[in-house]
Amino acid sequence: MKSSAVTPIRIFIPGDSAACSVGADEVASKISLLAGAQNLPVEIIRNGTRGALWLEPLVEVEVGTERIGYGAVALTDLPSLFDADFLHGGPHALNLGPVEELPWLANQDRITYRRVGIIDPLSITDYESHGGLTGIRRALTMEPAEIIAEVLESGLRGRGGAGFPAGIKWKTVSEVQDEIKYICCNADEGDSGTFADRILMEGDPFTLIEGMAIAAIAVKATVGFIYIRSEYPTAIRQMESAIHIAHSAGLLGQSILGSDHSFDLKIRVGAGSYVCGEETAMLESIEGKRGVVRSKPPLPAISGLFGKPTVINNVLTLASVPAIMAEGAGAYNSRGVGRSLGTQIFQLAGNINRGGIVETGFGITLGELVNDFGGGSRSGKPIKAVQIGGPLGAYFSAKNFELSMDYESLSAAGGMLGHGGIVVFDTSVDLAVQARFAMEFCAIESCGKCTPCRLGSTRGAETIQRIIDGEDPEFNKKLLLDLCEVMTDGSLCAMGGLTPMPVKSAMANFPEDFDNRVEAAK
Amino acid sequence: MPYTAWSKEAALAALELIRDEPGPVLIALQRIQSVFGYVPSEAVEIIANYFNVTRADVHGVLTFYHDLRTAPPPEHQIQICVAEACQAVGSRELESQIKATYGEQVSDAFCFGNCALGPAVMVDGKLIGRATPTEIAQALK
Repeated sequence: MKSSAVTPIRIFIPGDSAACSVGADEVASKISLLAGAQNLPVEIIRNGTRGALWLEPLVEVEVGTERIGYGAVALTDLPSLFDADFLHGGPHALNLGPVEELPWLANQDRITYRRVGIIDPLSITDYESHGGLTGIRRALTMEPAEIIAEVLESGLRGRGGAGFPAGIKWKTVSEVQDEIKYICCNADEGDSGTFADRILMEGDPFTLIEGMAIAAIAVKATVGFIYIRSEYPTAIRQMESAIHIAHSAGLLGQSILGSDHSFDLKIRVGAGSYVCGEETAMLESIEGKRGVVRSKPPLPAISGLFGKPTVINNVLTLASVPAIMAEGAGAYNSRGVGRSLGTQIFQLAGNINRGGIVETGFGITLGELVNDFGGGSRSGKPIKAVQIGGPLGAYFSAKNFELSMDYESLSAAGGMLGHGGIVVFDTSVDLAVQARFAMEFCAIESCGKCTPCRLGSTRGAETIQRIIDGEDPEFNKKLLLDLCEVMTDGSLCAMGGLTPMPVKSAMANFPEDFDNRVEAAK
Repeated sequence: MPYTAWSKEAALAALELIRDEPGPVLIALQRIQSVFGYVPSEAVEIIANYFNVTRADVHGVLTFYHDLRTAPPPEHQIQICVAEACQAVGSRELESQIKATYGEQVSDAFCFGNCALGPAVMVDGKLIGRATPTEIAQALK
């Protein structure tokens, strides 16, 4: 006879918003209900997603030391899963075997994302037993200058898009004398095709908090802000809970982990403005103002939030710091190529068969990501274009699949890595329409401060429409390129300055979509 | 969604909670909207007086951000992502379909961070991946 004190079976079902968008919540409630009806004691843990989003909802059952995966699980699969005794890893068409051994995951090199999808996101005990807090404990034994030297040596560059060395930013802030300094985390992940900040905040929020606390120790800052976009309600709730728990655990507040450093963290929620992902517009927004870009100089490192020295880093940059501090710069910078060191968290999106998070060293090729990991298009049609680095990134064709994914190679090819998002399009895409959309998007989201961006975007969309309509196409193409040059050179920030990138790359890599439109339509 | 009917007292009570926040204007507008469903025109002066800023400052912030609305929301809010990753899986076609069905209740959004499982649609705050008209109808029930 079964005892009621029997250890419950541990089941992991992601609480991640992508997993929940395809039914993870409903699957979790139903499993709990069915297990209860059969008197099977279960403990359901709402972990983050492993990042294999095409397998969501991915249900993992702990069997001995392994976690056996079942995916993608629909509500209608549950009766047969119970019949197959899935709670003990029983065979079933959806049984994926031990999740860690799935080639898609086993072929990655997870550093920043090492705990995402594995731990209970809001259990600090779980966090610590999976290597959490090792980095900050080491940092607390070091001089601030030594921490900065370690980050510099790691080669860590800004993962938000600009790729500026994080250590240099920190060094600048540390050298400014001021009573008040700030750490601002940019979690305004507005680029289409990117979701790595969100998944990390939902799946392993303490890593971000630890990274920000280490930055605070290094530059002697006492207050931090995380600016999260309003489109991410789950991430906001998760970070709020994590900050609360971190306070109780002594990771935040007065004398963090018993040291003489104090650090407080606040969340600011965005309000649907893309340009607020630009660092100075973000500062304005945190100050409660219109998200209008500031002129630089002064650099935010010298005069940033409320006019004080401010470190501004992206979620992934800050979340990479705990691992760098735990294992040393050498372990991190042994990965990657050239001046792109460490790992990048790529995001496979759009019309892709196996979309999700791929963390691996820089230098993997575009084709390896899109075909080997991604499995080609979701529609089954050939891939025509990929856009790398968000709405301001370049469109490449399948001819570019040998491209090495690192900052320098992409820049040399007329593109940029941006935040690491890769959006795949099949043959149904029309690149002239995509180019027009880039201009339209800029017109909607421009902050309006500088003329090339505010007006150029509208004129650009009109000019591309004339090309589409076959109105004097050769002249209008020349005009468009001229306008692109003005926007690139004359805009105040990357919004207007980079909008020409998708436009020009579409024209260069897909000239057929801009030629003979009228004849083609006949 | 149940919203409070407009009253100056309820507005002041909402602002009281953020009295000491640095840079309060945007948060104030967000709080007012979360209480009343939108930012009534009377709220502009109240916020300005409360935080000792000009009405122009408050108006400027109110009109800059897409999220902030100056009229009550429709009964249901259906936001469809029309950014590139969702375009790649047919969000433009879905957009015209659901706009034909739900009209004013549908608005465009740029990215919910669900770019591997598009088209993404948010119905009254619930995110739907690989959205179809059937699923949107179901979520509205």
